[in-house]
Amino acid sequence: MYQIVAKEDVTPQIHLLEIHAPDVAKKAQAGQFVVIRLDEKGERIPLTIADWNRQKRTVTVVFMEVGKTTRKLANVKAGDSIANFVGPLGRPTRIEKSGTVVCVAGGFAIATIVPIARAMKQAGNRVISIMGFRTKALMFWEDRLRRFSDQLIITTDDGSYGREGVVTVPLKELLEGTQKIDRVIAIGPTVMMKFSSITTLPFGVDTVVSLNPIMVDGTGMCGVCRVTVDGAVKFTCVDGPEFDGHKVDWDELMARQRTYLDEEKRSLEMWQQEQAGG
Amino acid sequence: MAKLDLNRVPMPKQEPEARSENYDEVALGYSDEEALAEANRCIQCKKRPCVQGCPVGVDIPEFIDALRNNDMPEAVRSLKAKNALPGVCGRVCPQETQCEEVCTLAKKGAPMAIGRLERYVADWELNHQNDSNREVAPATGSRIAVVGSGPAGLTAAADLAKRGHQVTIFESLHVAGGVLMYGIPEFRLPKRIVQAEVDYVRSLGVEIKLDSVIGKTLTVDELQEVGYDAVFLGTGAGLPMFLNIPGENLNGVYSANEFLTRINLMKAYLFPEYDTPIKVGKKVAVIGGGNVAMDAARCAVRLGAGEVHIVYRRSRNEMPARLEELENAEEEGLIINLLTNPLRFLGNDQGWVYGMECIEMDLGEPDDSGRRQPMPREGSDFIIDVDTVVVSLGTSPNPLVPSATEGLNTTKRGTVIIDEGTGKTTKAKVWAGGDIVTGAATVISAMGAGKRAAASIDAYLQGK
Repeated sequence: MYQIVAKEDVTPQIHLLEIHAPDVAKKAQAGQFVVIRLDEKGERIPLTIADWNRQKRTVTVVFMEVGKTTRKLANVKAGDSIANFVGPLGRPTRIEKSGTVVCVAGGFAIATIVPIARAMKQAGNRVISIMGFRTKALMFWEDRLRRFSDQLIITTDDGSYGREGVVTVPLKELLEGTQKIDRVIAIGPTVMMKFSSITTLPFGVDTVVSLNPIMVDGTGMCGVCRVTVDGAVKFTCVDGPEFDGHKVDWDELMARQRTYLDEEKRSLEMWQQEQAGG
Repeated sequence: MAKLDLNRVPMPKQEPEARSENYDEVALGYSDEEALAEANRCIQCKKRPCVQGCPVGVDIPEFIDALRNNDMPEAVRSLKAKNALPGVCGRVCPQETQCEEVCTLAKKGAPMAIGRLERYVADWELNHQNDSNREVAPATGSRIAVVGSGPAGLTAAADLAKRGHQVTIFESLHVAGGVLMYGIPEFRLPKRIVQAEVDYVRSLGVEIKLDSVIGKTLTVDELQEVGYDAVFLGTGAGLPMFLNIPGENLNGVYSANEFLTRINLMKAYLFPEYDTPIKVGKKVAVIGGGNVAMDAARCAVRLGAGEVHIVYRRSRNEMPARLEELENAEEEGLIINLLTNPLRFLGNDQGWVYGMECIEMDLGEPDDSGRRQPMPREGSDFIIDVDTVVVSLGTSPNPLVPSATEGLNTTKRGTVIIDEGTGKTTKAKVWAGGDIVTGAATVISAMGAGKRAAASIDAYLQGK
């Protein structure tokens, strides 16, 4: 069992859990993920690592409520435990001095981009960050990302904070601007990563994305996380999760992510009825 | 002595109509009378070919003799002296190509039903508290890390623990048992049997650490740094192999690993009580002719598919599946499409598979495997309507440990290179065995490899 050391409701739907997991804390690096399972009947789901504290031997994950598992996870309190917490999985982000790096994050992926921006900054890069949200109420960690960014651009779809619009607009402006952009790292909803990659393609800028397909074991065994990259089948859990955004078959990935929509809905509804009844 | 009975006592089974709607075990096991009758067929011949035929060298005549003398604790002791997992082996070993194939009785009639008797003895022990075989040698002070808790790892751990070494198993999943838990279905190998045998290994003093992915959570070098005197790698099968034909990533196309892991490990057949879902349509095609393909197809039947096909590119003679499994599958209504090879999968605009284009095959000259090579018959392509496909072509070795371990050499296929006799790898103080060495093979061959490596590790530690 793995104990929850701290819990924070980052926004009403986005939550942070700091979990006591000494082995994972010792090894965690930016860009990696964990697989968790809540209880005996639970499913295994991947969550990206938002932070770690090697002294406190804890790992922090940030997640958004989507289906039954993430809603149940949102009900977990400090002091509670979850059944399984495995990691760190996947390859870490390639951190090197490239020059100017643009870190683009959408929604709750801000939590994933912060340790990457931090590592990029520590490696001597100039870091420009773009964070996008649907609306101001969903925004979080502006201060944390600003700490590791030479420049920070915020967008909201409805214009309630920062610039109105989506992240690809300022991204394109940066690429068209006078300063040379050496690398782009885009993490967020699949559609946002797809369009960020489409935006950078004509400029020929190295673009890294972090894919989030369905996973089961997460350790290179089941093969459900397969994606097509540059015409070849890759397994996200062991070959990724980061890939060249210009070479990912986005439409295939998005179709595969929809495999269990009906079942996820049914599972969530049944759980909600149980909650209401009990 | 009564006249020799050339026919073995049949194994009672659930009727096909009933069992295709449940996950309960298909083969029901011998009653006391049936076991005794079968045991009495053994002529206790001097040559004991069955012992030679067993990869872990079980003293088969001894345990059978104890059984018929009604000394069940002795039967258990004899069996477990060589095999820590008899309840598993009695159910899933291919005895017909091992101990039973070479049985002296096979020259005249049906060989002894050794597997069924092994299962009977193991099940007797489960139902009777019996601590007769927990003897372990005095502690040696040596520490051994076993990576993976499948058949190879459990066997190596049990043997080493019995010799007084302190053993820790590192398992990446949330339960111990490896392929016995995620791969083989409940109706062929009940999970409570696996867990009882895992508990037996624990009772020998073996510690099992779950959620520990060696190569990620800890590396082999770190295990050595923290003081493990020897490391055994039994990490098993890795990523599934695919056909590499168009449409293989359509929704509804599973690897057998994913399909079976969802069902067996995650209990998707009990969705939504359990959270992990699985989607099985009306017409299912399973590609491949091995035991795993049979398991997947029989799961599909139980999940309510109306029509389940096994699609295999060679003929029945070349099928790697056990005859017993093929018969069980056919009794449950599976349709076997032999000499048929898929060319591509057809998908709708939502990305779901709806059909499979296949071509008929003819058998040509024998290939490298000694089997007649299937050759496509030109112009014979046709389309099968399917809404679910399970690709069951085997697996490649799991890359996590080799890719994170300096000095551990692998073949081009990714399997770990060992010395055949000892299981020693190219890295000092590291041994390996099972699917990580051989590629996908049987439970018992992995156990044999675990046993050989344990003997070599023990000899090395004693010589230190």
